[in-house]
Amino acid sequence: MTKPHKRFASRPEWMGLGVMVFVALGVVALAAEWVTGAPAIGLLALLISSVVAIIWTAIMGGLDTRRALAPYGLLKPGILWLSLFFLAPLWSMLEMSLSSKKSRFDFFPAFTWEWSNYSKALTDFGPQFGRSFLYAGIATILTLLIGYPLAYVIAFRGGKYRSLLLGLIAVPFFTSYLIRTLAWQNLLSDSGPVVSVLETLRLENVMEWLHIMDNGRLINTPAAVIGGLTYNFLPFMILPIYVSLEKIDVRLMDASMDLYTTATGAFRRVVLPLSLPGIFAGSLLVFIPAAGDFVNAKFLGSPQTTMIGSSIQDQFLVQLNYPLAAAMSFVLMAIITASVLVYAKFMGTEDLT
Amino acid sequence: MTRAHDSKQKWGRRGINGFAVAAMLYLFAPIFMIVLFSFNNPKGRFNIVWNGFTLKNWANPFSHPELTDALVVSLEIAFISTLIATVLGTSIALALSRYKFKGSGGVNLFLVLPLTSPEVVLGSSLATLFLARGVSFGIVTVIIAHVMFQVSFVAVTLRARIRGFDWSLEQAAMDLGASPRRAFWKITFPLILPGILAAALLSFALSIDDFIITFFNAGSLVTFPLQIFGASRVAIPPQINVLATMLLMGSIAILVGSLIIESRRRRLNAGPESKR
Repeated sequence: MTKPHKRFASRPEWMGLGVMVFVALGVVALAAEWVTGAPAIGLLALLISSVVAIIWTAIMGGLDTRRALAPYGLLKPGILWLSLFFLAPLWSMLEMSLSSKKSRFDFFPAFTWEWSNYSKALTDFGPQFGRSFLYAGIATILTLLIGYPLAYVIAFRGGKYRSLLLGLIAVPFFTSYLIRTLAWQNLLSDSGPVVSVLETLRLENVMEWLHIMDNGRLINTPAAVIGGLTYNFLPFMILPIYVSLEKIDVRLMDASMDLYTTATGAFRRVVLPLSLPGIFAGSLLVFIPAAGDFVNAKFLGSPQTTMIGSSIQDQFLVQLNYPLAAAMSFVLMAIITASVLVYAKFMGTEDLT
Repeated sequence: MTRAHDSKQKWGRRGINGFAVAAMLYLFAPIFMIVLFSFNNPKGRFNIVWNGFTLKNWANPFSHPELTDALVVSLEIAFISTLIATVLGTSIALALSRYKFKGSGGVNLFLVLPLTSPEVVLGSSLATLFLARGVSFGIVTVIIAHVMFQVSFVAVTLRARIRGFDWSLEQAAMDLGASPRRAFWKITFPLILPGILAAALLSFALSIDDFIITFFNAGSLVTFPLQIFGASRVAIPPQINVLATMLLMGSIAILVGSLIIESRRRRLNAGPESKR
């Protein structure tokens, strides 16, 4: 390709990207009310005319122009939806987290740079934050310990039943999340099967010693909440690990065995390093929803096991203290986003999920 | 020495297989419970203690209108939101895998963000926006919320499925005189359709099952999960188990059907070079 031709062809691309970013930001500006009144109408007119202009360029331009503009055209509707209903809400939440009610009779809080919401979120709900990350962390480790061997057996010993076995793993998760958790409530209840099996095996003392049971009860303990989280997010660990294991060439293992490694050595040096992307992706996919979950803590826990998701829901929907709920959400989001960005830098986003 | 080594390996192998079977049983324990208790004849308002076998729950599964209504609402929401999300998500996935363009890295990151944000944050922030703009909560806000997380989900899963797609097929069709539009609809679209359907099906399931985000944005609207949540504090009729078992049977049927279609496809497509 010659130089001037290339320079010419790269222009519609910049135009497409520019209009997409402009329209996305413009929509956020409108939804978040950065501009109001007459300027907002002007901005809206500008947004519409820029979209019309780019469609006009695509129609009038040649095949090359259309090809360069096509991806932006395909992206635009979805990106707009996400800008409007994912980005703009984050902005209003940020605004809300710095707002306060001027008087007791105001229904809606106003923006006042109220930083005390954040200090209140951290001091009043420190234990809930700590518990959430602790429970989610333990649940992530447990799903890894249970999910890895299962994914390994399906990937390497499943043979022609691999798809079927993988489907079987997904089946329990086609019943409602809440009903599944209620079933665990049932299973772990004082008169339920798990407690009676433990009693007949006379394992209560061991369980008490391990801090899994509390005064002969399984339900309403931290262990029950962690168990519920582990169960409900297990497939999010199994599937990415399976995907990364499935890609491994079995001959690599044979080759390492030919070079006189033991089976454990082959696993440690060949299979495990190659499945690390799956483990990373799986850990994030379990940890993030588990840290924000409140269903398990509500159904299987007690007031002593409340997690941060539950507190946010309570502040937002019951106490109607929107600023505090927003500050709490933002702290949760900030901690999690920081870890995701570190992860993205570490692994490249392409491999997630 | 070698024999001892071999037998050790064999036991290790059996150990891990046994563990996998145990893990499978663990996965299915609550499902067994759900199905079993759909045949229970409960004594009080809660369906927790086994009190004898009965078929009467199955004989009138729709006898609790509030439950059935909630299920219908959930199905309506799932149909509409999946339809919108599949169209939007599929075009994003196509743009990302079909073209090389400036800013694709940023788009990739942007798409993953909603999937890696906790649901409480997504739900509460969207509800904050609706509150601040005076939008009243109801079926529209719930559909908007569902489409928001489904778009990302469809785009990411579909992009993974069509990553290895052979785009030269489309080029070949155009070389043979097809217009770009015709080449897309006649060649590319039929080939990626199974992937689109699979992604749509999974996001449908996500929508029906969503509790946390819906809880924040539903207002007075009651979806199936919200109905169960409300009922769990007051009374749990065994009909919940019956409806859950029906949903389960439906999804197993879809799973088996898709497996059969896939294996038939594979047999049809099995050329000499398609084997590993």
